[in-house]
Amino acid sequence: MPLTAIAFYLLAIVTVVSGFMVITARNPVHSVLYLILCFFSGAGLFVLLGAEFLAMLLVVVYVGAVAVLFLFVVMMLDVDFARLREGYAQYLPLGLVVAAVLLGEMVTVSSAVANRGAAAANATPQAADLHVSNTQSIGQVLYTDYIYFFQAAGIVLLIAMIGAIVLTLRHKPSVRRQKIHEQVGRRRRDAVEVTKVGVGEGISE
Amino acid sequence: MNAFLLQYLPIVIFFAIATVLGLGFMIAAAVMAPSAPDAEKNSAYECGFNAFDDARMKFDVRFYLVSILFIIFDLEVAFLFPWAVSLFGMPHDKMVYAFVSMMVFLGVLTVGFIYEWKKGALEWE
Amino acid sequence: MMTDLSSALMICLPELILAVGAMLVLMLGAFGGERSTGAATMFSGAALIAGAFAAALGPHGTLFAGAFHMDQLAAYSKVAIYVASAFAVVMGYGWMNRSNERKFEYPVLILLATLGMSMMVSAGDLISLYISIELQSLALYILAAFQRDDARASEAGLKYFVLGALSSGILLYGISLVYGFAGSMGFTQIAHAIAAGGANHGVVFGLVFLICGVAFKASAAPFHMWTPDVYEGAPTPVVAFVAAAPKLAAMVLFVRTLSMGFFGAHEQWAQVLLVIAVISFVVGAFGGLMQRDVKRLLAYSSIANIGYALLGIAAGTQLGVQAMLVFMVLYMIDVTGFFACLLALARNGRPITQISDLSGLKGSKPGIALAITALSLSVLGMPPFSGFWAKFYVFKSAFDAGLWQIAIAGLVASVVAAFYYLRMIKIMWFDASPAPVDGSPSEARWIAFACALFSFPVVLIALHFLDQSAGLAAASLGLH
Repeated sequence: MPLTAIAFYLLAIVTVVSGFMVITARNPVHSVLYLILCFFSGAGLFVLLGAEFLAMLLVVVYVGAVAVLFLFVVMMLDVDFARLREGYAQYLPLGLVVAAVLLGEMVTVSSAVANRGAAAANATPQAADLHVSNTQSIGQVLYTDYIYFFQAAGIVLLIAMIGAIVLTLRHKPSVRRQKIHEQVGRRRRDAVEVTKVGVGEGISE
Repeated sequence: MNAFLLQYLPIVIFFAIATVLGLGFMIAAAVMAPSAPDAEKNSAYECGFNAFDDARMKFDVRFYLVSILFIIFDLEVAFLFPWAVSLFGMPHDKMVYAFVSMMVFLGVLTVGFIYEWKKGALEWE
Repeated sequence: MMTDLSSALMICLPELILAVGAMLVLMLGAFGGERSTGAATMFSGAALIAGAFAAALGPHGTLFAGAFHMDQLAAYSKVAIYVASAFAVVMGYGWMNRSNERKFEYPVLILLATLGMSMMVSAGDLISLYISIELQSLALYILAAFQRDDARASEAGLKYFVLGALSSGILLYGISLVYGFAGSMGFTQIAHAIAAGGANHGVVFGLVFLICGVAFKASAAPFHMWTPDVYEGAPTPVVAFVAAAPKLAAMVLFVRTLSMGFFGAHEQWAQVLLVIAVISFVVGAFGGLMQRDVKRLLAYSSIANIGYALLGIAAGTQLGVQAMLVFMVLYMIDVTGFFACLLALARNGRPITQISDLSGLKGSKPGIALAITALSLSVLGMPPFSGFWAKFYVFKSAFDAGLWQIAIAGLVASVVAAFYYLRMIKIMWFDASPAPVDGSPSEARWIAFACALFSFPVVLIALHFLDQSAGLAAASLGLH
């Protein structure tokens, strides 16, 4: 048991510290690297909870795709990061006040949890079935009991697709594109013509 | 410590070794390697010239479009994993239901895919 | 199993019509290209009207273990939302024709946003609440930035997106706390948990976050920062859409969540809502005084009006909910008319946006000037117009619930707000016109006239039916 506790505290500290570094790092590329570390230790916390599928999804989707896209954006985009940070000191006091209020509220809630044992009275969590893997137990309900949310998620993805295309796709009119079916389906007679050229004559169109 | 978490022990050991090894080399380099920096050595080197300007520049938005479309299909595939794992373990009528439900989901995304294709978003100019 | 499935499909038929319709329109556009924009618009309008009929006449029931409620409240709001969206589709088509940028994605995105709203008003579960809000907002972010070559529209879209993402984060944090402390996602189970164990710290804390997140989407102050910028920057037909239907959807979501799930904590949330309501109508009234842009002015007006509508919810009575529903529908009609008037006005091919540009409108466009006057008088709450009845209902329900101090503050705020509408009317009727105004497109003009006529005198007849159906809708929540 203490080993799990050590693992938890280690991962939790790494998550919080790297989350803090994301917003304080001077170099935006470092921010993204800290973000990746944050996702990664978050995945570790999911594993500790037994939520393997979510942990792997976090690694595959967030670390593998989203964070790499972020990295791509901050490394390539010509944004003047020094100017971007100008307001930082100016808004810091207000931000600190909001953060302090939130912290105070969270401490209140956590002490309520410590005193009453959270949802012990209300929640009825089902014991994990040891013979069924985490991924399988998600699969057993996601497509049947939770079909409404599943299909709605599909439509959200559809909107994201439409949005990405509507907002960013432009065609340059002057560019010649490959037309593969025409190129492959091209016959010899479409391109080459054999003509007899008499002596002393040219070819007229 | 339960049996479930013990499965992850090799990964933890792997991470520990990787960290020790990585840190070891970095520390060793910092401690043992000879170091005599001067301004010229530390400056950026660009084919013998001084650096012209910042490495960041305007970038075609097309690259992001491709990667965003990739992420969307990545997420779609993420939904397929639990389905593939659990489908045949279900009772028959539930299995049919889950199958049809996934086909509808894939149908919605296929509509999006056809739209992308016809709009030419997958073509590179 | 089969009859089960078909009756379930009948219950969510309006949503099915919208989702399938949106995909068909998308395919039509993908194969037909820009030329098919007209057909796409007609088809989308037809889908919305069909959806409205399906919602009005279809069976009621609860689906997906309580995640989806189709009751009188949902039917009432769905009909109103679909009709408002149909107007937005028509206005957008005319606008795209004039700016020579026909895109079939516009009606598709309106349909999908409407689908999200329609799921919002039916949400009976915290997950469906979140997913439906995301579905709606994602489509709206894209619509706000639809004119992608216009710097201000892009800025509006980006601001809307960043602040919307922040609010989604707040909302999710609240949802996770509520789930942790109440032990369930479903509203009925949450209500049981609160009834059994009382509203503990955690639930109330999560609820406050939840309220903040939804208030963000409804643009209630102090979560209103995005509203003026989005209204100013986004294309006018999109603003006409954003200003009407999503507000009603967010309010109905509010009332369903709070009274089905959290009625046991009424004392706690009523306080939060009252604070938000007071800040909203104060910010709306005083913020509007300094505006020179008509769209920004309407943004502040919408913030104030959300404040009044929140009073109806905070009352926590059936009459309060009924008043809120009547208020929101009458407000939607007014605001749609307002934006139709703006769409109808242009000078030298450039749309009129500044209040000073309206000067002397009585000479060049007496019809539109009359319509704007009627709608302004209605929004400020002048007696025979529809806005008066809307405010009358809300304030009456607030008085009945013993919130008379707040109601008086609201009355004072609406007197302050009256100033800027009256100034607009004065500029239109008594100032000299700087230059002639272009001819106005027919569809915007007709929508403007129809809405103005509704605000007076049609409202006197319609109010009876509206009141009756809003009463039935409010009764379906089982309040007193």
